[in-house]
Amino acid sequence: MQLRQLTLLSAAGWIAGAGLALAQGQTLTIATVNNADMIIMQRLSPKWEQATGNKLNWVVLEENVLRQRATTDIATKGGQFDIITIGSYEAPIWGKQNWLVTLDNLGADYDYADIIPSVKNGLSYNGKLYAVPFYAESSFTFYRKDLFDQAGIKMPDKPNYDQIAEYAAKLTDKSKEQYGFCQRGKPGWGENMAFIGPMVNAFGGRWFNEKWEPQLTTEPWKNAINYYVKNMREYGPPGATANGHNENRALFATGHCAMWVDATSAAGYIYNPKESQVADKTAFTAAPVQVTSNGSGWFWAWSLGIPASSKKVDAAKSFVKWATSKDYITLVGGEAGWVAAPPGTRKSTYDNPEYQKAAPFAKVVYDAIVNADLTKPTKDPVPYIGIQYVAIPEFQGIGTAVGQQIAAALAGQTTVEQALETAQRSTERTMKQAGYPK
Amino acid sequence: MHPRTREKIILTLAGWLAAGLIFFPIFWMILTSFKTEVEAIATPPKLFFSPTLENYVTVRERADYIHFAINSIVISVGATLLATLIAVPAAYAMAFFPGRRTKDLLLWMLSTKMMPAVGVLIPIYLLFRDAGAIDTRWGLIVVYTLMNLPIVVWMLYTFFKEVPKDILEAGRMDGAKPKQEVWMLLLPLSLPGIASTALLSIILCWNEAFWSLNLTTSEAAPLTTFIASFSAPEGLFWAKLSAASTIAIAPILVFGWMSQRQLVRGLTFGAVK
Repeated sequence: MQLRQLTLLSAAGWIAGAGLALAQGQTLTIATVNNADMIIMQRLSPKWEQATGNKLNWVVLEENVLRQRATTDIATKGGQFDIITIGSYEAPIWGKQNWLVTLDNLGADYDYADIIPSVKNGLSYNGKLYAVPFYAESSFTFYRKDLFDQAGIKMPDKPNYDQIAEYAAKLTDKSKEQYGFCQRGKPGWGENMAFIGPMVNAFGGRWFNEKWEPQLTTEPWKNAINYYVKNMREYGPPGATANGHNENRALFATGHCAMWVDATSAAGYIYNPKESQVADKTAFTAAPVQVTSNGSGWFWAWSLGIPASSKKVDAAKSFVKWATSKDYITLVGGEAGWVAAPPGTRKSTYDNPEYQKAAPFAKVVYDAIVNADLTKPTKDPVPYIGIQYVAIPEFQGIGTAVGQQIAAALAGQTTVEQALETAQRSTERTMKQAGYPK
Repeated sequence: MHPRTREKIILTLAGWLAAGLIFFPIFWMILTSFKTEVEAIATPPKLFFSPTLENYVTVRERADYIHFAINSIVISVGATLLATLIAVPAAYAMAFFPGRRTKDLLLWMLSTKMMPAVGVLIPIYLLFRDAGAIDTRWGLIVVYTLMNLPIVVWMLYTFFKEVPKDILEAGRMDGAKPKQEVWMLLLPLSLPGIASTALLSIILCWNEAFWSLNLTTSEAAPLTTFIASFSAPEGLFWAKLSAASTIAIAPILVFGWMSQRQLVRGLTFGAVK
C-alpha cells in the first residue's frame, strides 16, 4: 500500500513539476492497438488527464487496420490523430517522409540516456528520434524445464538450430499432443516472417545484397527454409500454417509445446500462473544461432509518435512524454504489478530490484534487446536496417508474399525450392517496379 | 414409405441442414463469448464448459457500446432513407417510362459495385477531408447511400415492374398527377418490396466495415469499429471479440427476426400471379 501511495505521489509530483500542463483543456485523439500494455495505459491515462486538464479520445484498432488508417490519414494530412501507436518499422520510414514530429526535445527530465540505445536507434532516422518507445521486445527461446530435466537435456545459453532440432526430436510425443518445435506458420510479414527472418539471418542469409538484389534463392535461404519445413512437419503441432503468435502462445501456455521461439514480451504472460499452466515449468534462453549470431533475435518497439498534421503538438508531446517516462513505468509497477511494467525500453527498469524480482526473465530479455542491432542484422553487409523486416515501404507486400510461399511449402502445396524461386521472382518484380537500386 | 412422404422428409432435412450450416458460425460465436480466453481456442474445441459473463463485463468496461450502437442506427437508417428517397423516383421513371438506354443505365449502375472500394479510398478521403466530413455521421450516410443506391434502384425497379401498368393508367385517367400516382398508388402497392429493399439496405449498412473503419475515428464510429477494437496482435482475444460481436449483431438480428415476415413477402412479391 505504501509503495502504491509513494508511486502515485511521485507520479503526481513529477507531472506537476515537469510543467506538463502546457495546453489545457484540449482533446487529443490517440490511435492504438489492443495489446495488454496499451490497455493498462488507457486505464491509467485519467491521471494524466486530471493533471493537465486535457482529454484523450481513444481509437483502438486491429494492428493492420491501424496501419492502413494511420497511413491514409498521415499521407493525406487528414489531421485526425494527434498521437499514433507505431512500430519500429514505420518510425524511420515515416520520419524520412516528414510525416512525424521529431521527439528529441521532450526536456532534460525525460532522461534520454536511460533509453536502451538499440531501441532509440530503431526509432530514429538520420539521428533524429521520430517516436518514443512504449514497450520493446526481441525474441528468445521459451522452453519447458521439466521436460528437459526428464529427458536429461541441458539447454545451452546460446543454443544453435541443430541443437534445437535434436531436442525437438527427443521431446516430441504426438500421442500426448506434445510438440518439440512450435513456431509461427501463419503467413504474413509480421507473422511467420517475424520468425523466419531472424532464422535466415542466423543461417547466414540476407534479404538483399548491397545492390538491392533479392537473395531468396541463395544457399542460406534454402538451408533455413528446408530446416524450418522439415522440423515443423516432424515436430510441430498439426495445422501449423494457421498458427501465429497468439495460437502458439496458447499452445505453449496449455502445455503442448516443449520449445517456442517468440516475442520476449510474452514472458510476462507465460510466467503468470493465472493465464498459463506452465508458469512454474518454463525457462528462457537466447534465440537460436547458427552460422552467425547477427540478427538471430528480432527487434520490435511499439512506440508513440505525433503526426506532423496534428494541431495539438504541445499537448500530444506532454502525453507521450508521460506515457514513456520512468515515472510511468513506476506507476504501472505500483498499480498493475511489476511483472506488467512496460518492458524493453529503459535501462532503469532492469536495474530496479522489484522488477528483477517480479520478472526472473528480465536479464535474458535485456540482453536480447541490447544485442538486437538493427544496423548489423546479417553476416554479410546489407543496404538496409531492420532484423525481421527491411525498413522500406515495399517490405510489407514483399514479406507477406514470401510468407505465403513458405506457408505453401509448409503445407506441402509446393516444394521449398519452388517456393523460394517464386518468392525471388515476385520480390525482383516489386523491387524493379519500386525503382531499386535507388 | 410413400414416395411423396420420403421426398418431404428429405426436403425438410435438407432445409434444416442448410439452416444449420448458415446459423452455425453465429451459434459458435455466441457460444465462444461465454468461454474464457483459453477455452475459446482450446483444441479440440470445447462444447461443454462453465459459462462466464466475464467477457461481456470487460467489453462493457472498455468501450461505450451505446455510443457506437446509436451511430450504427442513425447511419444505417439515415442512409437507407436517403437511398430510398432518391431511388423511388429513379426506379419509377425506369420502370414505367423506359427509354432506349434504360437497361444500359441500370447495368452501368450495377457495374459501379464491382469496383474494389480501396481503389477510391484516397480520392474519397481527400474529398472528405476538404469537406470536413471525416468522422461525421452525415459523411458516412452519404457514402453508404452511394454505396447502396445501385442495389436499391435495381430492387425497386424489379418490384415496380410487377405492378400492373393498368392500375397506374386508371389513376391517371382519374386525374392523378405523377406525384399522386407514386404516393397513392405505386407505393402502397409495392410496400412489401420497398420494405424488403429497405431492410436489406439497413443490413448492408450495419455490416459495412471498410468505409466505417477508414472514415471515422471516434465521434461517428459505428459498431463495426467497436468490434475491430477487440482484435489484438499479441494476446488472446477471441472470447472478448465474440462477446463484442454478439452484442454488435444483436440489434440487427432481432430486427431481422421481427421483420422476417415482411422480408419474405417482399422477396416473393409478384412471384406468383
